[in-house]
Amino acid sequence: MSLSLFLQVAVGGLLMGLIYALVAAGLSLIFGLMDVVNFAHGELLMLAMYATFVLWQFSGLDPLLLIPAVSLLLFGAGVAIYRLLIQRALSVRFNRGMVQIFVTFGLAILIRGAAQFVFSGEFQSINKSWLSGRKLDLAGVFLPLPQLAAAIVCLIAFGALLLISRTEFGRALEATREDRDAVALIGIDRDRIFALGWGLGTATVGVAGAMLAGFYYVSPNVGANFALIAYVTVALGGFGSLMGALVAGLLIGETEAMTALFVDPALKQVGMFAIYLLVLMFRPRGLFGTM
Amino acid sequence: MLRLDGVSAAYRGLKALQGISMEVAKGEIVAVVGANGAGKSTLLKAIAGQVPSEGTISLEGAAIGRLPAHTICRMGIGLVPEGRRLFPRLSVEDNLRLGAYARRGEADRFAPLDLVFSLFPRLQERLPQRAETLSGGEQQMLAIGRALMTKPRLLMLDEPSQGIMPKLVDDILAAIGRIRDLGVTVLLVEQRLVEALGIADRAYVLQTGRIVLSGAAADILADSGVRRAYLGM
Repeated sequence: MSLSLFLQVAVGGLLMGLIYALVAAGLSLIFGLMDVVNFAHGELLMLAMYATFVLWQFSGLDPLLLIPAVSLLLFGAGVAIYRLLIQRALSVRFNRGMVQIFVTFGLAILIRGAAQFVFSGEFQSINKSWLSGRKLDLAGVFLPLPQLAAAIVCLIAFGALLLISRTEFGRALEATREDRDAVALIGIDRDRIFALGWGLGTATVGVAGAMLAGFYYVSPNVGANFALIAYVTVALGGFGSLMGALVAGLLIGETEAMTALFVDPALKQVGMFAIYLLVLMFRPRGLFGTM
Repeated sequence: MLRLDGVSAAYRGLKALQGISMEVAKGEIVAVVGANGAGKSTLLKAIAGQVPSEGTISLEGAAIGRLPAHTICRMGIGLVPEGRRLFPRLSVEDNLRLGAYARRGEADRFAPLDLVFSLFPRLQERLPQRAETLSGGEQQMLAIGRALMTKPRLLMLDEPSQGIMPKLVDDILAAIGRIRDLGVTVLLVEQRLVEALGIADRAYVLQTGRIVLSGAAADILADSGVRRAYLGM
């Protein structure tokens, strides 16, 4: 095997890993804030991809330009999901954990079924964009531009999330995460913070979805694969940790790529889960977890 | 300023308050004393909107009994709860500044910081430290400081001396006196009767969820029969 092939695969794993990381960041943000695992996370990614696809069809704008609109749309979806479903699910007195699981699980099935009805089950893709089909030649290693752009946007999104965590709103998020009942003592409406946290988490998925739609096929089931990887990434990186999501996303992207290269492409998910179980054997709270 | 009429509340399934009627006038320090389990903490939680209650609770004429806790805080009632409930992994500075978070529109919202630092100079030395690394006394100072950052008209304190070195208890009680002198009305729940009644103007004695006695703090403290009958002293 040549060095250039190895580098090619390694870079591919890195670019994909950044997308995994961003998808996981949205999930981790919501879980870290309020201990709710959103089982509809993959479906929200799918929704973001379809939103990009439809907006592209109607406007002809490049997916890169559609990122703000799609993330705004997903932000609204997140706030609405919190206000209409999660807030009510949290108000039950018994079996709260179970109610949350079934609410988001039900939502996942609803979104997937609705997408199937509206878009049929066919695979669709954005076949014309500024970057599609173009590559950057880096000393014999070819970087496909759509993936490269997606990775850069993911890094920018991570930077934005880090910046937000340092603002006053970020501190309020952290305070709510530490003691959701005590924030009322300083006049903070925790439901408003939770709703904004959901909005932020789903807007993050919106960014990932918009970028992914630029080079990945779109179908009602596309979210499931990414969601599974996102759950593993969050658990591996540590629930609620932004840095953990980034490192774990990259680790999983690389593991997947290297398993495909050295073992068998059909086994790439096996390698990913093997690493996951190995880390959890020695560090059950994940790489950067504090909980 | 604060008025309760026939207020009842249940806490963890038990009837913790029954038909409480009381009043706190502007500028007073009012102490609520009584044995463990008498309902003192539940009383403060009911006023702060943290446990549901029946009856009427009003702040300067406005009914607040059915409002959510964060709204009651914004209307000017600050609570320093039992156990302090700080944000342990945030810095002292963040804990204080978050106290002014709900007043984001106001230009001078961080102004109470000067007051907090003049009351508790130690906090100024500890600004970058995580709240969880402070001693019990310092944490209590921070909890009071955080509540002051919300600019309360009425400050309620639940057992501020609990778990604190005796030397610091005097400092904290002295600070409560100064807070009142600055125009903030105080409602104080405290196990240390002599100290609490020493700084209070008036007091209510609570027994199994009912007010059994009220009057000038000095009179209650001076009456040995009352002390024996209700306060176990």
